[in-house]
Amino acid sequence: MDTPERESMDYDVVIVGAGPAGLSAAIRLKQLGGDDLSVCVLEKGAEVGAHILSGAVLDPSGLDALIPDWREKGAPITTEVKEDKFLVLSEKGKMGLPTFLMPPLMSNHGAYIVSMGNVCRWLAEQAEALGVEIFPGMAASALVMGEDGGLKGVVAGEFGLSKDGTPGPNYEPGINLIGKYVLIGEGARGSLAKQLIANFGLAADSDPQKFGLGIKEIWRVKPENHHPGRVVHTMGWPLNTGDAGGGGFLYHAENNEVYVGLVVHLDYKNPYVSPYQEMQRYKHHPEIAKVLEGGERVAYGARTIAQGGWQALPKVIFPGGALIGCSAGLVNVPRIKGNHNAMHSGMAAAEAVTEAIKAGRSGDELAVYAQKLADGPVGRDLKPVRNVKPLWSRFGEIAGVALAGFDMWCANLFKFNPFGTLHHLKNDAQSTGKAADYKKIDYPKPDGVLSFDRSTNVAFSGTNHDEDEPTHLKLTDPLIPIAVNLPEYDEPAQRYCPAGVYEVIEGEDGKPRFQINGQNCVHCKACDIKDPSQNITWTVPQGGSGPTYPNM
Amino acid sequence: MKIVVPVKRVIDFNVRVRVKPDQTGVEFANVKMSMNPFDEIAVEEAVRLKEAGKADEVIAVSVGVKKAEDTLRTALAMGADKAILIEATDDVETDIEPLAVAKLLKAVVEAEDAGLVICGKQAIDNDVNGTGQMLAALLGWSQGTFANTLKVEDGKAEVTREVDGGLQIVSVKLPAVITTDLRLNEPRYASLPNIMKAKKKPLEVKSASDFGVDVTPRLSVVSVNEPPARKAGVIVGSPAELADKLKNEAGVL
Ligand SMILES: Cc1cc2nc3c(=O)[nH]c(=O)nc-3n(C[C@H](O)[C@H](O)[C@H](O)COP(=O)(O)OP(=O)(O)OC[C@H]3O[C@@H](n4cnc5c(N)ncnc54)[C@H](O)[C@@H]3O)c2cc1C
Ligand SMILES: Cc1cc2nc3c(=O)[nH]c(=O)nc-3n(C[C@H](O)[C@H](O)[C@H](O)COP(=O)(O)OP(=O)(O)OC[C@H]3O[C@@H](n4cnc5c(N)ncnc54)[C@H](O)[C@@H]3O)c2cc1C
Ligand code: SF4
Repeated sequence: MDTPERESMDYDVVIVGAGPAGLSAAIRLKQLGGDDLSVCVLEKGAEVGAHILSGAVLDPSGLDALIPDWREKGAPITTEVKEDKFLVLSEKGKMGLPTFLMPPLMSNHGAYIVSMGNVCRWLAEQAEALGVEIFPGMAASALVMGEDGGLKGVVAGEFGLSKDGTPGPNYEPGINLIGKYVLIGEGARGSLAKQLIANFGLAADSDPQKFGLGIKEIWRVKPENHHPGRVVHTMGWPLNTGDAGGGGFLYHAENNEVYVGLVVHLDYKNPYVSPYQEMQRYKHHPEIAKVLEGGERVAYGARTIAQGGWQALPKVIFPGGALIGCSAGLVNVPRIKGNHNAMHSGMAAAEAVTEAIKAGRSGDELAVYAQKLADGPVGRDLKPVRNVKPLWSRFGEIAGVALAGFDMWCANLFKFNPFGTLHHLKNDAQSTGKAADYKKIDYPKPDGVLSFDRSTNVAFSGTNHDEDEPTHLKLTDPLIPIAVNLPEYDEPAQRYCPAGVYEVIEGEDGKPRFQINGQNCVHCKACDIKDPSQNITWTVPQGGSGPTYPNM
Repeated sequence: MKIVVPVKRVIDFNVRVRVKPDQTGVEFANVKMSMNPFDEIAVEEAVRLKEAGKADEVIAVSVGVKKAEDTLRTALAMGADKAILIEATDDVETDIEPLAVAKLLKAVVEAEDAGLVICGKQAIDNDVNGTGQMLAALLGWSQGTFANTLKVEDGKAEVTREVDGGLQIVSVKLPAVITTDLRLNEPRYASLPNIMKAKKKPLEVKSASDFGVDVTPRLSVVSVNEPPARKAGVIVGSPAELADKLKNEAGVL
């Protein structure tokens, strides 16, 4: 198709993504540059927060640095962590890990249980008050490259394509938003970030990025089961069968709400694993069920989380822009925290950008940002824990975590890691094993009380896509799902997608057919990561589509 | 001719609406709000009339909380020329009743000397389907409800109405109140440049008392309940089996 004519609009800085990273960058830019700097933020969700899904226990260090008086300013951060439990689950039982055995850096003392969706809504208000222009419902769908090969801007706000990709009756071509610098804060597995990483070879010297898929529900529970400020992390059951690694969380937030979720590492080998079903049975464990019983599930969602840590961090800068937050991959895996680093990285990038623009520069590499990231709070947070995930992948759940604990203790006490730096060996797609080598998993049927079937739950994500828009899930080769993935892996897309988007159904000719129900997609990005043939590309659908998360 | 388009801020149609545990109403906390879909259709129709040279100005009006400004900005981005917010409550849970809204709209219509009102046939939150009709009565104007086609010509509006079992075409004298049905048009997307322009368009803020209208509710809600859960369905293997079940099990054929 011909590229449509588009208007252009110039800003000093264009930011993609109103997550903690993008919003922190925007706020810091305005704090430093004031009216001299024009800043816009694009967000694909219909409103800020609509696509944000996090745990979340927030380490406030990022916010302390960004807006020190956030308490006085009424940030929706009020539930301080009061109790911190770590349980190793067996099918029916549990073993608590005494807190004194936990490496101190894993303590949640001083942290808060928050809805990051609501925190982002609040950050957006702060940003707008400083003069940042935020455009929710506007997806950044393509890169605009300059003649010199650097990034100049992005295409945003294209609407109304028909199913076949041609302009429909209400077509809006969108505009080119051009910036002296463009900051990419799309979160884990950003669709533009993926192109930039490939185009500029940003991951040439880093390990493959690793991901987990986090599936989360919000429950309103009985007041007697609710203990605001209680944090429970679990390991073991149901992910102790050797099929997949990961861990669960249960956070008692405010208003009788509990956030319950399970993160399944996407490097699982058994292609029969269903992260969704693992999450459903997780809730039946007596330790979890006793909290949820008599309660009501009020929201559902899923999102991948970048878990590669320090070794997998790509080069974060390229001519004309930078990757910030989880588009780079800044989660501290043992602490399962990335929001504070997303904020620190946004601020660091903003400081580098302001300095560059003040010096009259534009469109070049922000070396100062890369330096700040390595030497500042983010580097200090990520380097000591860099071996946890590789040990986990190599030695399995219990042994790996024990070794990782030892490694972290050493990092804590002696400031050195006995294992040096261990590398991630494969990406998650390559880790998938052949169906013939694994057993089918017989998951229990949902009971409709604690556990639900996938399509019922997806309705609680409020997700929707325009019926007429082209599918945003692109197959490089449309034959692969049935020709390769089905015989070799029993097409795992049927199971890893937490929204039931992919189905293998019988066609009219009696042969299997691959069906994509793109309207249900919750933008978790798992398919883009886990397809064993790496044949699925998640592209951004028109702005305003996707989930309508409340306080996720 | 000026067109007044009332727009209501309601819970977004993608949201799973939940009843509060104490059954006094529905849950608003953390819930996304947007423009009532029928009102988007109304804005679109008004803007098209203006684009066709049949109207000079499109005025969007919302009655409700301060936050309804966002809804009005959307109407401005779609092409309305100016907006009026009538702040009538500071509590999102208070639904201003149709009669009070109609009285306020009447005041606006008179103050603006408008010749046409296009509003949604119903708001998807309380589904009352009454504001347009009440407004027409208060103004003493003609009304054309459930419009799926609207032609404005020679001081008249020809409205094709969706009625049970078919379509009815009526011709009404202007000034008139038209209420929109789903198939009247497909609203446009607000483009980025138009969203930027909308930030600079005029938006007046008034209060209900400026118009001397008492918005105190006259109805009291006894209780709000979830619809009963549906029984699980069965998957039928063939159209024949479906027909058989409908006939012999459900007894509806
Ligand atoms: C299940 C789960 C639990 C977690 N628990 C915790 C926790 O307890 N504590 C913690 O600190 N961290 C936690 N994390 C990690 C944390 O959520 C991430 O590190 C953090 O969200 C990263 O922030 P970000 O701003 O980089 O990206 P995101 O929060 O992902 O935000 C990206 C934003 O950009 C938008 N966007 C993306 N692409 C485009 C585009 N092309 N155009 C327009 N907009 C776009 C998205 O819609 C989104 O709003 C958890 C993550 C998960 C998945
Ligand atoms: C804000 C809003 C207001 C609306 N107001 C109105 C209104 O006033 N009047 C109006 O007419 N419409 C209205 N609609 C539109 C209406 O709700 C739907 O668009 C319409 O009902 C869709 O019909 P469908 O059969 O094409 O949809 P589908 O979604 O395809 O079908 C829905 C029905 O078919 C059943 N079904 C689907 N597949 C199967 C299968 N394989 N086997 C058995 N059963 C199946 C489903 O269970 C369901 O009952 C409104 C929509 C919105 C968003
Ligand atoms: S289609 Fe892909 S991105 Fe969408 S919900 Fe499924 S796995 Fe996630």
